[in-house]
Amino acid sequence: MKTETVKKRCDFNAYETAKAAAEIRKLCIRSLASIGSGHIGGSMSVSDILAVLYTDIMHIDPKRPDDESRDWLVMSKGHCGSALYATLAYKGYFKKEELLTLNKGGTKLPSHCDRLKTVGIDISTGSLGQGLSLAAGVAYGKILRGIGGRVYAILGDGELQEGQNWEAFQFIAHRNVNNLITIIDNNRRQLDGYTEDICNPFGLKNKFEAFGLIAEEVDGHDVTEIYNALKTAENAQKPVVLVCNTEKGHGCNFAEIRGFNHYMPVTEELAESAAAEIDRRLEENYGRSCR
Amino acid sequence: MGVLADKFVTDAVEMRQAYCAALMKEAAENAKITVVDADVSHSVGTGPFYEKFPDRSINCGIMEAHAVGLCAGMSAMGLVPFFHAFGVFATRRVFDQIFISCAYQNLNVKIIGADPGVTAATNGGTHMPFEDLGLMRLIPNATIVEPADSSMYNFAVKFMADNYGLFYLRTSRRKTVKIYGDGARFEIGRANKLADGDDVCIFACGIMVYEALKARELLAKKGVFASVYDMHTIKPVDSAAVIYEAKKCGAIVTAENHNVIGGLGSAVCEVVSENYPVPVERVGVEESFGEVGSQEYLQSRFGLTAEKIAERALKSIERKLKRK
Repeated sequence: MKTETVKKRCDFNAYETAKAAAEIRKLCIRSLASIGSGHIGGSMSVSDILAVLYTDIMHIDPKRPDDESRDWLVMSKGHCGSALYATLAYKGYFKKEELLTLNKGGTKLPSHCDRLKTVGIDISTGSLGQGLSLAAGVAYGKILRGIGGRVYAILGDGELQEGQNWEAFQFIAHRNVNNLITIIDNNRRQLDGYTEDICNPFGLKNKFEAFGLIAEEVDGHDVTEIYNALKTAENAQKPVVLVCNTEKGHGCNFAEIRGFNHYMPVTEELAESAAAEIDRRLEENYGRSCR
Repeated sequence: MGVLADKFVTDAVEMRQAYCAALMKEAAENAKITVVDADVSHSVGTGPFYEKFPDRSINCGIMEAHAVGLCAGMSAMGLVPFFHAFGVFATRRVFDQIFISCAYQNLNVKIIGADPGVTAATNGGTHMPFEDLGLMRLIPNATIVEPADSSMYNFAVKFMADNYGLFYLRTSRRKTVKIYGDGARFEIGRANKLADGDDVCIFACGIMVYEALKARELLAKKGVFASVYDMHTIKPVDSAAVIYEAKKCGAIVTAENHNVIGGLGSAVCEVVSENYPVPVERVGVEESFGEVGSQEYLQSRFGLTAEKIAERALKSIERKLKRK
C-alpha cells in the first residue's frame, strides 16, 4: 500500500501546517492509547483537513469560543471526535492533558462530538447523516441574522449513503447557502469495508455538480492543495463541496492497512512507534532541504 | 380552575388560523421567531406568516428530516424556529433528528404536529398519529402540549416562544368545540380543573376534553359525580393533580385521542402506581392503526366518545368498591 502521499511543497506555510497535522495525529493517537482503542482510521484520514482549517482558514479565537461571528465547524462524522479534540487542544481550547481522559467515565471528551461537554465543539454529532442539515441551519441562521463567518461541515464518504444529506444538498443549492463549505473526507472506506464494495458512490463530484453545487477534488493529504481549494471556495458564488481524497488510517503506521482499521486497539507502544514515524515522515517530506 | 365557556359551541376560528395569528403576534415582537415548513404550509395555515415575514419563512420542500436538522442549526445560531408538519411526519418520521439534532444538544426547537389521531380523518392510516405522544414522552426534557381549544393554543404559542427548549404541540388544524371562556388561565405543567366531583376523576386532553365534559353529564344522570381535568400538558404531567384526585376519588379514567400505550393514560398510571395506587381505566385507541372516515365516525370506531368514558368511569368505580 502506498503510504507516502504527502507531496513536497515549499510555498505558503506548508511546513507549519504539515507540522500541525503531525502534532494533531500524535495527540490523537496518544489519546486513543490512553483508553486502549478508538476510531483511528477516520481520525487519521481527516487530520490534514483539520490542520489546514484550524491553522490557516478558520476565523476563530480559542478565548472566545462562543462568539457568534466565528467560523463554525460541524464534524458530521462525529465518531472522529478524537481528531477534532486533538486539534482543539493543539489550538489551546483546553489543556493537552485533557486528551488523556478520552472516553473515560465523566470525561468532557466523549467518542462522538458533544457541544454541551467540550469547549470548541460547535455542534453535537454521531448519528450519521444529520450534521449537514445542522450546518445548513447554522449557516442560514447567520444569513438571516446578518452575522458574518462561515460554516465548515466535514462529512465522511460512507456517511453520504444516508439520504438526509441529499435533502440538505438540495436545500443548500436552492437557497444558495454559500457561507457553508462542505468537505468530504473521501477515504473510500466505511466500517465494514470499501464503499465501492458495499454501496458504490459512482463518482461523487458528478453527483454534487448535478445537485447544482460547485464540486472540487483535491488530495486530502496535501495541505497546500486543501488550502488553495478552501481559499478559492471563500469567493465562490455558489456553495462548494470539496472532495478530499484521503486514505483511511493515513499517517499512522499501524493503521495503514487494507484490513479493518475503522476502530482498532491502540497500545502505548504502538502510539510511540507511530509518533516517531510521523516525525520522521514530516522531516522527510517537509525537511530543511525543502524549507 | 379554568373558566369554561358559557355554552360549548364550535369555535368561530379554525385552530390553524388561531395559531398563525398568535405566532405572528409573537414574531412582531421577537425578530428571532422563524417558520419552517415541509410543503404543508397551506394545510397548517402558516400562509399569512409568509406574507408578513417572508425573510423568516422557510419552506424546505418535502424533506422533514432535513427541516428538523435545519431548525436545530438555526436555533444554535440564536433563532427560534417553529416547525410544522402532519403529526406523523413531525415525530415518527424524524424521531432521531428530534432526539439527536434537537434534544440531545439542548436546542430551542418548537414542533407543531397537525391532525393528531382521528382528526386526520379522511387522510387515513398513513397520516393518523396514535403514537406521537408516546414517542415524544421518551425524549428527555421535551415539553408536550395538546390544547383543547384556541384559547389554550394562544397561550401555548406565547409560552413556547418565550421559553427555551424543545416543545411538541399536537392539535387539530380545524374548528374545535370552544371549551374556555374569556379570562381562562393556563399554566404549562398544571392541569385545568373544569369540574369537581368525588366519585371518579377524568383526565382528558385535546378533543377528548369535550367528550369528558359530556361524559360527566351522563354520569350525573346516574348520580355519579366526576371531576374533570384538561391535562393539556402531557409532559411534564401534573402529578400533584393526579395524586390529589387519586386520594379524593379513588378511581380514575383517562381519555386521549392516542394509543392507550405511551400517552396520557400511561403518564397518569405511572404517577398513580408510584404514589397512590387506585384503579385507572384508559380510554384511547387500542392496538390499532388508523383508517379513513369522518372524525365522528372514527371517534365511534375507536371508542373515543363520552359514552365510552362514562362506561369506563363506572368500571373504575366498581373496581374501587371491590377493593374495599
